[in-house]
Amino acid sequence: MPIKLVARATHSTLMMWITPLIALALSLILGGILFQVLGYPPLKTLYAYFISPISDSYGLSELFVKASPLAMIATGLALGFRANVWNIGAEGQLTLGAITGSALVIYSPEIDHFLALPAILVLGILGGAAWGAIPAILKTRFNTNEILSSLMLVYVAGLLLSVLIHGPWRDPAGFGFPESVDFPSAAVVPQLVTGTRLHAGTILALLIAATGWVLLSKTWIGFQVKIAGQPIKAARYAGVHRNRVVWWTLVGCGGVAGLAGIIEVAGPIGQLQPFISPGYGFAAIIVAFLGRLHPAGIIPASLVLALSYLGGESVQIKLALPIGMTGVFQGMLLFFLLACDLLVHYRLEFRRANKPIVTASQEQ
Amino acid sequence: MEAITTVELVLLTIVSAATPLLLAATGELVTEKSGVLNLGVEGTMLVGAVTGFLVAYVTGSWIIGILAAALAGVVMSTLFATLTLVFLANQVASGLALTLFGIGLSSLIGKPVLGRPIDKIPSLDFSAVGDIPLIGPLLFSHDILIYFSIAMVFAVHWFLYHTKSGLVLRAVGESHVAAHSIGYPVIRIRFLATMFGGLMSGLAGAFLSLSYTPMWVENMTAGRGWIALALVVFATWKPILVLVGAYLFGAVTIFQLHLQGFGVQIPGQILSMLPYLVTILVLVIISRDAVRVKLNAPACIGQIFHRNN
Repeated sequence: MPIKLVARATHSTLMMWITPLIALALSLILGGILFQVLGYPPLKTLYAYFISPISDSYGLSELFVKASPLAMIATGLALGFRANVWNIGAEGQLTLGAITGSALVIYSPEIDHFLALPAILVLGILGGAAWGAIPAILKTRFNTNEILSSLMLVYVAGLLLSVLIHGPWRDPAGFGFPESVDFPSAAVVPQLVTGTRLHAGTILALLIAATGWVLLSKTWIGFQVKIAGQPIKAARYAGVHRNRVVWWTLVGCGGVAGLAGIIEVAGPIGQLQPFISPGYGFAAIIVAFLGRLHPAGIIPASLVLALSYLGGESVQIKLALPIGMTGVFQGMLLFFLLACDLLVHYRLEFRRANKPIVTASQEQ
Repeated sequence: MEAITTVELVLLTIVSAATPLLLAATGELVTEKSGVLNLGVEGTMLVGAVTGFLVAYVTGSWIIGILAAALAGVVMSTLFATLTLVFLANQVASGLALTLFGIGLSSLIGKPVLGRPIDKIPSLDFSAVGDIPLIGPLLFSHDILIYFSIAMVFAVHWFLYHTKSGLVLRAVGESHVAAHSIGYPVIRIRFLATMFGGLMSGLAGAFLSLSYTPMWVENMTAGRGWIALALVVFATWKPILVLVGAYLFGAVTIFQLHLQGFGVQIPGQILSMLPYLVTILVLVIISRDAVRVKLNAPACIGQIFHRNN
């Protein structure tokens, strides 16, 4: 083959930030082709998917509503992924945070205290962190693969929410619907702009991303996380305790995912319901990669994925396209990104096939 | 012919519940033995399930449905293999991408036939022997995928441990550098092993939508793809133990279903947690012996291979 892959000595920073854009462009092109195949006019459908949902101020506010949980969770995940800790159960940690945070409202529905909201947010964080602590303890004590254990706990958390909301936590005055009581005003995340669902959680998401940035670049914890992702020997020389990194990344990510969950319930939704997230915990994995495992990239990436949700809803309403389109677009985006990553770590060299190649090892 | 007794019924449903796990786990075992970790089993099963159902629904032939599901599985795994083996992408991330993509794609293309009924894959007819009490229904009343799933376990065992090709495949999984330097085509072998895994996942999906339920429901795999991945670890990468594990899990699934059926005073959701909790439990039990896992796991699993390295 005339094209040859040559490993770069260090990864290309330029390529690292260009490839997400290439991946996005390729996804749009393939998305258009897919629309054509499915029998929808490609340009019109792409417009309905990516432009019209955010062409008014309400749409823009919804973009931030959806991007906030994604950015929060992705920041938590990015720290773990950098350390080769593969927490893919953020969806379950989100669900558990929603459950533990809601408990306060369920058991004192009349609560009216200025500390009510901080209390339920803290409870949400603790719930998510506890759910993240399970794969952490199984990994550090019993060497159990955190990918599988954290994922299994997603199903367990979903069933736990279901049993509570169909049973003891159901609103007695709710005509039998599987929904909790409405959150009282003292327990609701404040709105930022009246007439929209934009809420203070967006500010928290920015704060978390900023904290993640500082942690990663300026502190010993960030250094440990980065080194822990290296081969074990290097990490040992640098004095990194692998188990401690596993603990902090899983518990920390669980905490922010739990926070994201309770903010959804206490903010845009306003009550505990059987379905509180359209898969934010999984989409955040894509956000983390698209954002290059760095908070500065995660914020724009969270907007892209938020748009994929809004667009999916938009074409469902306007053109009756199945909602599965959202997942297809998200999956395609990650495929293209991963494929383009090749350019970050390797150079492409174009050579004529029959010319003898002198490699470095032959010269010596 | 006597009516099927309760015991027979329970045993039969265990076989059904175990089969999708067994198919997917046997395929993934071969993939992993070659050094590739494909976390896309769940998504591949879903695409297999929806393709199998759609094709069987349109053509009216379950045979064409099964073949289409297998092909869909191969296509999905080829996508994964291209990403990880040609574009040298991270295997964990690529597998997750495959699953997320598969969930969306299956929901997209399955929309028109959502919830429609279809005729179940017929059981093979063994005439007289099927009437023997207990043994008859238990051994001779199944459809072809069930027999195929069990046969494949032994076929894979024979291939891996009693053929030269199997030895080469394992060598590639243990040390791709060494295998490459002796002249074995690492990438091609891994490609084929990954495609085999995809084929089996596709069949596992077809079993769900054409035999187990038989219907297409969104996300109908309900984590079975992930449980299959756990089964491979549980079996310490040994085909025969995958068989044991799959039937144990089938038994757990059926056990909780029957508890719900007998009106046990536990909410159904709590009982439904059982398969997932048991998965975690067995993973813990197996993995705590780090040495044993290390001895059996393919040494190069999940690692990227590039010739110039």
